[in-house]
Amino acid sequence: MEKALAHIDWSAMTPELILVTAAALLIVLELLLPDETSRDWLGWLALLAVVGAGTYVAVHFGAATVDLLQGSYRTDPVAQSFKLVLLGGTALILLLSLSGGNREGIRARGEYYFLLLAAVLGASVMTSSADLVTLFVGLELLSISSYILAGIRKQRTDANEAAWKYVVLGGVSSAFILYGMSFVYGLTGSTNLFVVQQRIVEAYQTGYAPFVLLSLFLMMLGFGFKIAAAPFHMWAPDVYQGSPTSVTAFLAVVSKTAAFALVTRVVLVVYLQLIQLRVWEEIITPLLLVIAGASMIVGNAVALRQTNVKRLMAYSGIAQAGYVLVPLASLGMTLFESTLFYLLAYLLMTVGVFAVIMVVERDAEHGEFSAFAGLYRRSPLVALTMTLLVLSLAGIPVTAGFFGKFYLLINAIATQHFWIAAVMVVTTVVSYFYYFEFIRQMYFRPAPKGNPLAIPIGTAIVIGIGVIGTVGLGLFPNAVLHALGQLKWVEVLSVPQAPPGP
Amino acid sequence: MTVWNGLPTWVTFSPILGMLVLLFIPRQRNRWLKWVGMAGTLPPLILAITMFVLFDPQSRGVQFAQHVSWIHIPIPQSPGWKLSYAMGADGLSLPLVLMTTIIAALAAVGSMYIKERVKSYFLLFLLLETAMLGVFLARDLFLFFLFFEVTLVATYFLVGIWGYMERERAANQFLLYNGLGSALMLLAFGGLLLVFGTLNLDQLLVRTSQLFADPEWMQGPLRQVIWGIFLCILIAFGIKLPAFPFHTWMLRVHVEAPPAVVMIHSGVLLKMGAYGLIRFGVDLFPPLVQQMATFLAVLGLVNILYGAALAFVQRDLKRVLAYSSVSHMGIILFGIAALNFSGLQGAVFQAVSHGFISALMFLIIAVLYERTGTTMIDEMSGLAKAMPVLSGVLLAGGLALLGLPGMSGFVSEFLAFLGMFKQYPVIAGIGALGLILAAAYTLRAVMAATFGPFLDRWERLTDTKAVETVPMLVLLGLIIAIGVYPQMLGEPMQTTLQMIVTRIGG
Repeated sequence: MEKALAHIDWSAMTPELILVTAAALLIVLELLLPDETSRDWLGWLALLAVVGAGTYVAVHFGAATVDLLQGSYRTDPVAQSFKLVLLGGTALILLLSLSGGNREGIRARGEYYFLLLAAVLGASVMTSSADLVTLFVGLELLSISSYILAGIRKQRTDANEAAWKYVVLGGVSSAFILYGMSFVYGLTGSTNLFVVQQRIVEAYQTGYAPFVLLSLFLMMLGFGFKIAAAPFHMWAPDVYQGSPTSVTAFLAVVSKTAAFALVTRVVLVVYLQLIQLRVWEEIITPLLLVIAGASMIVGNAVALRQTNVKRLMAYSGIAQAGYVLVPLASLGMTLFESTLFYLLAYLLMTVGVFAVIMVVERDAEHGEFSAFAGLYRRSPLVALTMTLLVLSLAGIPVTAGFFGKFYLLINAIATQHFWIAAVMVVTTVVSYFYYFEFIRQMYFRPAPKGNPLAIPIGTAIVIGIGVIGTVGLGLFPNAVLHALGQLKWVEVLSVPQAPPGP
Repeated sequence: MTVWNGLPTWVTFSPILGMLVLLFIPRQRNRWLKWVGMAGTLPPLILAITMFVLFDPQSRGVQFAQHVSWIHIPIPQSPGWKLSYAMGADGLSLPLVLMTTIIAALAAVGSMYIKERVKSYFLLFLLLETAMLGVFLARDLFLFFLFFEVTLVATYFLVGIWGYMERERAANQFLLYNGLGSALMLLAFGGLLLVFGTLNLDQLLVRTSQLFADPEWMQGPLRQVIWGIFLCILIAFGIKLPAFPFHTWMLRVHVEAPPAVVMIHSGVLLKMGAYGLIRFGVDLFPPLVQQMATFLAVLGLVNILYGAALAFVQRDLKRVLAYSSVSHMGIILFGIAALNFSGLQGAVFQAVSHGFISALMFLIIAVLYERTGTTMIDEMSGLAKAMPVLSGVLLAGGLALLGLPGMSGFVSEFLAFLGMFKQYPVIAGIGALGLILAAAYTLRAVMAATFGPFLDRWERLTDTKAVETVPMLVLLGLIIAIGVYPQMLGEPMQTTLQMIVTRIGG
């Protein structure tokens, strides 16, 4: 039954292989190139690889599930859709770094692009994993690359602090995840997610219930850190503030989406069958809802007091993590669709916002709110786009952010979790205050300088994609909804097409 | 009639024409910008009048209806949820649409005094007009919500940028209260979507009737959900109206916003609360609103007396009018609480009538402030000598405000109280005190400002210019026209209100 390597259909792994090859090429070229040569074209190479991988996924979107490497790796529609978001996000961030990163104090340009590729490779492996081991490998590849990215401006103390905090707390969270996984393995004798899914019910019924729950709690502890959900969010503000803005955008968008792919996959696949024993209803849902509610409350409340834009975005991200957890927690019938739609909307608006922040921050040479003062008078178009993006983050209609939040809310109401719906709604209103602070600064305050902002073309494209995507998805969400509705995620996650041997 | 099926869409989006032209005019060309901004309100006005003329008052259904499927949310093992782009006019929305276009056109004239950022001002102004018209013409709750939120954002900017000293606080408070209202509304709409599987107004009307016709529903598990939805709607539109104790934000906006925006705010935006209460509160949930009728009546009474009493002690003309708005919104609540034909008719009449009267009063204030630099009653005295025309119009507006027979305010109050006396004679009797108070505070304010000893510093004041006089006279004319010939407003709404009353079971 061992297949020779040559007989494996590697084509399903094409996106990952492209990323690996490009990353390897990048690091070699970085070594060979003379010091004085510009590294920018390495960035273009990386962008090409990401776009290539993304195109491959897009072309094969909706294809049948393929199992590889003894069932530890699969390309199912769920993985594909997450991968599209991840690769799309990375492409935008690469474009952003190419046009503005030079001036952000990132000296190790070659390594920077290599690390971004490695990180997205890890994320992509994570989404396709059907095995705890592969999953963890992907997670660590993403995490370690992110730690270095956070501290890549090694000449700055705040970057050092960010990287240090990130590494220590990230390590602890990985340890918790691993510990939880070890219980899962111990209880079921397998690391394959789908085998685990079938066996865990038995373990639960035969007196190992506390250990099953312990495994979940331990993993949730780690996952909570990775998605920056309260009360495991403490690292986020410092890391967001200390990292270069392009890296912050990467952490906010790609890392977070990958972490959600991880949480969705592990929690759903491993513990799905427990729904028969009412464990979901009685334990898992309340647990997740409490985390979600705490994130919304803490994120939105603390964000009110922030004056630094990137710290504010960190708290906003904590709050958003709370919103996205709701469908999974409540096991709504459109759980996967609404989560993915929101993550896509979040990607578009957040990348756009960070692109604007990057330009404004560089111009003002600081990251406080006042950097936005009077932006409207200097660059009306930038102010207008920023307004649309921020309104989307706040969840105001005709934007993708609104429709996404509406969709999440429907899940909460449909499953009759009215209190979480109420928390969502009230905290959203609270969030108006800090999101509108951008608007207040841009339109209501006088401008300290008169010159219009200089926006590199790449950054302008990123902002443009963000705004067009946000408004487009807000007005016509059907395009994405329809495609997502076609994916039979319930079957994909519960019935393995080819059950592997023990 | 097929040619006119798109009429609601044309009406709603016609202000965008003006926005497009504005975009191509350089920022410094203030005169051009103002003229285009004003002209931009004409297409919707003309289209709305067309709609009013073509409207068939006898027809029972929604007219000029349009229905395009828009968003389809797939759900496993079910047909999924469909949200549609549905527009249409009926007897309830038609008068409000016409009123909106008229007030918007006149408020655009009242915007002459805007000196800064004229281009952005008119862009937002026309955006606000589109959103307001959309609110009254949408036949799908999701679409309604979109338009509703756009009015919120546009108003936030208009208050926050062009308002007076405390504009930012006013804008923030506006955002907080209305944001909360919208949030509750969204919860309610989400609930409706889940319970009835649609947000299309016409389908919802059918399905709620079916539900309430079934005597079992009170015992079912749906009971609490339906009540929850209903209460959310009640509070959401109660904030917008605003009903006591949610009125504080509205006072601030009245005082801090630029006068032309207050014309819109007091004239149209508050009426969205009344419209929502009748359309979604009364029409969708007749049995529930019946149970809450006494509460609404008491709430209306509080609004009337509280507003009137506080209007009496204000020294700022703007605050007098703000509190008088609170009082007049109480009359709308009265009309709704009566739940009979004349009550509802009174409520809609009051919405339209108060729209015109408050628009007129704030236009006068705009002109006054431009010349005297104050809105404090104590500082104005003897204006009648320097500005006879303006003082005359102010007096006429005051008379309309206090409900003089022959003017629109009288008809509205008469109808609302008529309905109220049938249902709650005692509450209505106490409420009538408010009418006396209204006479007292209006006359006190108007008399103190226009008559009294002439102050030397008014020596050089000029009277109103034609551009100011014409809109005032138009508004006054409309107020008197409704007062003398109420049928022109009553006829189109007759059939629709009759249908609502039938649904209530009256």
